[in-house]
Amino acid sequence: MSDAGWIDAALTAARPQAVGALLRYFRNLDTAEEAFQEACLRALKNWPKNGPPRDPTAWLIFVGRNSAIDGVRRQAKQQPLPPEELLSDLGDTETAIAEKIDGSDYRDDILRLLFICCHPDLPATQQIPLALRIVSGLSVRQIARAFLVSESAMEQRITRAKGRIGSGDVPFETPGPAERAERLAVVAAMVYLIFNEGYSAGSGEQQARFPLCEEAIRLARLLLRIFPTEPEIMGLTALLLLQNARAEARFDKDGSVILLEDQDRSLWNRKMIAEGLALIDKAMRHRRPGPYQIQAAIAALHARALLAEDTDWAEIDLLYAALERLTPSPVITLNRAVAVAKVRGPAEALALIEPLEERLSGYFHFFGVKGGLLMKIGRASEAREAFNRAISLANTAAEAAHIRMHLDKLARD
Amino acid sequence: MIYAIFCYHPEDVIGAWTKEEDDAVMERLGVVQDKLREQGKLGPVARLLPTTAATTLRKGRDEPIVIDGPFAETKEQLLGFYVVDCASLDEVIDIAKDLAHANPGIGSYEIRPASIFRPGANLI
Repeated sequence: MSDAGWIDAALTAARPQAVGALLRYFRNLDTAEEAFQEACLRALKNWPKNGPPRDPTAWLIFVGRNSAIDGVRRQAKQQPLPPEELLSDLGDTETAIAEKIDGSDYRDDILRLLFICCHPDLPATQQIPLALRIVSGLSVRQIARAFLVSESAMEQRITRAKGRIGSGDVPFETPGPAERAERLAVVAAMVYLIFNEGYSAGSGEQQARFPLCEEAIRLARLLLRIFPTEPEIMGLTALLLLQNARAEARFDKDGSVILLEDQDRSLWNRKMIAEGLALIDKAMRHRRPGPYQIQAAIAALHARALLAEDTDWAEIDLLYAALERLTPSPVITLNRAVAVAKVRGPAEALALIEPLEERLSGYFHFFGVKGGLLMKIGRASEAREAFNRAISLANTAAEAAHIRMHLDKLARD
Repeated sequence: MIYAIFCYHPEDVIGAWTKEEDDAVMERLGVVQDKLREQGKLGPVARLLPTTAATTLRKGRDEPIVIDGPFAETKEQLLGFYVVDCASLDEVIDIAKDLAHANPGIGSYEIRPASIFRPGANLI
């Protein structure tokens, strides 16, 4: 890998920790971001010449902090800038700094940085771009492309979001254990949202939106590194990995959705599956189940089945039932119905979902599943009706095309 | 003499590589491995999953305890390793416990799943 590639990767990796620490120091998001930018510029100039520092993150925090202080001094016209060599030649200072900041502060810095992006006044459409900009360091152009909007519209959205979280509200005190757990849950939910933004994209948009999935996985791993004993964070990371492992197999060459049971499982990413299975295994040992762990356990059962017929639907049914108890929702019941249809037949599954129709009357998948079940028990005209409803509610062209396939089959039979 | 080579790298940086960058590195490492394989010098090779997937069994004077996360102490040194094929984390932990009981000293056993494993030649 070239110098530039290595430095780029190191700057990306250091970003959440460095910006988080600079934010704690300056208590102002813009100043923290500018300080980090400045430190990156100096890194690009210095590292190729002097080689990478032993601890790039500590280097960036130290240089960023000094450069921002210089900026303040420059504005106040008090003192000239110190010579560049003084900043760059950190030597032993760097080691001392690294030791000092290599403590629990780091964890709260990163969590705070993610948490301010989840400000309750911000809608999800602003939270996610803000997190991708500030924490992940994606460019406005990259984020705009992932959200399929123009660069200027995205720029505005991010500026508005930043304005809204005004630094007065940012919680700078070190959180207590209960508050920390609460923040972690909010942040985990946002990471899951980021993933879904990417994962729910249609095939045409897949290319542009796919980076959202990778970014979400990176953030989940980051959370797990700072909270290594939280089973729900293990579950979240496992869930994202196990779902993303199927990315290559989810669409055919015409861009139509391929259902889980029809996917070519040799296209599933075995490395991601291995990591996901290892994490869910670790999480289960804690015997503290939660929604992410249960969903990951369901995804793990699919991942373990080399052939669709090998899927342990009875166990999946049980896991969905547990998920229903933990977080009751009609969408979960709908998912459970798919397992119930496999284990106890389509009629029983239909009886399970019929009471949900009113609440899911605007939900594409409800009518897709309903139509499929009706088709299986031979109620063709009702199936057609449900499929037509599904098409009218489809979110992507691929979803609609998939339902049309069923309608064609009904017409043939 | 049989030697082991352990690879230490900043995993957050490697985790920030794109798939293309990662593939390119693996390809270059593959060239080195192929040469050794032809010479009959290459034993098992493994690429480990990130440390977030690690579990550590710590043995003090009492019964060993299981800790989430990688081995993070500096007062013990790497003195050996095992490669085992197990159906679950519980099974590996049981094996590590047997090792801990068989060894009268204190120490730690870091358990890391591997994403790539190539058995290599029979060296002896």
